[in-house]
Amino acid sequence: MSTAQSLHQGRKRKNAVMMALCVVAAGIGLAWLALILGALLYKGLAGVNPAVFTEMTPPPGDAGGLLNAIYGSIVMTVIGIIVGTPIGVLAGTYMAEYGRFSKLTTVVRFINDILLSAPSIIIGLFVYELMVRPMGHFSAIAGAVSLSILVIPVVVRTTEDMLNLVPNALREAGTAIGAPRWVVIRSVAYRAAMSGIVTGILLAIARISGETAPLLFTALNNQFWSSNLNAPMASLPVTIFQFALSPYEEWQQLAWTGALIITLTVLGLSIIARSLTGRREDR
Amino acid sequence: MTAVSEAATSSALRTREATVRRFAFTDMAFRTATRLSAILVLVLLGGVAISLIAGSWEAMSKFGFSFLTTESWNPVTENFGALAPIYGTIVTSAIAILIAVPIGIGIAVFLTELCPRPLRRPIGIAVELLAGIPSIIYGIWGLFVFAPFLQTTVQPFVIWLFKGIPGLNSLFAGPPYGIGLLTSSLILAIMVLPFITSITKDVFDTVPAVLKESAYGIGCTTWEVTRRVTIPYTRVGIMGGVMLGLGRALGETMAVTFVIGNAHRISASLFAPGTTISATIANEFTEADGDLYTSSLVSLGLILFIITFIILALARYMLLRIDSRTGA
Repeated sequence: MSTAQSLHQGRKRKNAVMMALCVVAAGIGLAWLALILGALLYKGLAGVNPAVFTEMTPPPGDAGGLLNAIYGSIVMTVIGIIVGTPIGVLAGTYMAEYGRFSKLTTVVRFINDILLSAPSIIIGLFVYELMVRPMGHFSAIAGAVSLSILVIPVVVRTTEDMLNLVPNALREAGTAIGAPRWVVIRSVAYRAAMSGIVTGILLAIARISGETAPLLFTALNNQFWSSNLNAPMASLPVTIFQFALSPYEEWQQLAWTGALIITLTVLGLSIIARSLTGRREDR
Repeated sequence: MTAVSEAATSSALRTREATVRRFAFTDMAFRTATRLSAILVLVLLGGVAISLIAGSWEAMSKFGFSFLTTESWNPVTENFGALAPIYGTIVTSAIAILIAVPIGIGIAVFLTELCPRPLRRPIGIAVELLAGIPSIIYGIWGLFVFAPFLQTTVQPFVIWLFKGIPGLNSLFAGPPYGIGLLTSSLILAIMVLPFITSITKDVFDTVPAVLKESAYGIGCTTWEVTRRVTIPYTRVGIMGGVMLGLGRALGETMAVTFVIGNAHRISASLFAPGTTISATIANEFTEADGDLYTSSLVSLGLILFIITFIILALARYMLLRIDSRTGA
């Protein structure tokens, strides 16, 4: 075999090895997803029964459900979204519409991206210092505020991106028939970017419904049913945290079932969000 | 007759003026509202920084710089040092990145070069779903499924394998608890994988087809094109993605809290339990009695905030550079 031939063989072999490794890498990624979902379904489904949705979290060693935790999660998520979304959408509107080329927008975009991936436990500490310490006690409203702070950057980012995709000709057409700027934004730009903005909100819900760290020392936890926003409130993630680390079998089973509920909710939301924008972004 | 029509015109004019004025006012109000919301984003980050500094003041003024270099963490004698959590945070994140980067780049190469077109989107989405799974799910899975698996199979084997090799035998010293630094690193690696993959895939897509085609044209193999053209061209972007992953790994709380073991000490062995900044805060904050204890925990938060801020700012800067080059 000549040198050139063996060189060629060597390169081909190396290529085959590296490409095989890439396939293996993709296999690893998919395998993890399958392993985690498989374990969740296997362990979580075993505990799914009507009591989970109708009974309160039990004392140690007793049977019970997750009703107060599910309720608390929904309440705090809804308040978090209601507070965070308008602020996020308005800030995104400023960055894409009024101040597209202003210095403020560049700075806000940079800071927002950092806020987007900042550790959520830091947000928990912030709200603790901001609300829990002055008020003197843990409360559901503090939990909701820390969730809303996590909502804002997600919504800002998607709103800005989606409004930037709206063709300028549409805005010009609106302005040309005499509509003032805010009418153009409301009736033209928002309408054109609606599916994208909704996607951002769905992603934000998906993100906060599984968040544990910022709730640990804002909303704390509550063994009982409570709809008082000014008192500690249970939430699914914090309950899972407490129950999973406990030595009681009933609690651990409830933790798995709760984990399954959260994961299905979050994955469902992100798949819906993806299918909303998927058509447009399909390149 | 003319008088009537004049009156009508002037009243129409007046209504129109009023309408225009009203429009101008609403527009201004709307504009101000959007601008204030944008500024609020800045205020939020500033507020986080200020509240952390204020909260950590007591511990910082008591311990000073030695807070960063003391390993002891003793709530009873109220002597606190951040060295063990800082060590744990950096070691677990570094190992996680070392594992996740090659795999992430591998998946990105697979998706851009090898994958059959119809499978590309489903596989990409599947990997990104990994990013959507809440961190507490990784925690409960790591504690009940992954750690026992490591404890009974992998760890005894590795300890046996490196028993006679100096250096490595203290790095992988037993007993095999299952939980510990290495387990946390592996879980973190899985968690940051989707971030690294999706950014690497995105920057791989920015390589001009002409560049790759000309390399293929002179007879390069797929690997050579990836190694010599695609990766050098996108180096800055990949680095940005890696830094973003690192930022995530550093601040990751719940998953680590489940599997790290929460031991305030620095051990040479990766199988030993340890702690990270975020795990310490999550575990101890609600139980902390005494202002100094709380303040020390907030100081840990401040350190974490500063580290992640720098890392994330670098990541954004690098990604901005590649964005401006492609004009995207």
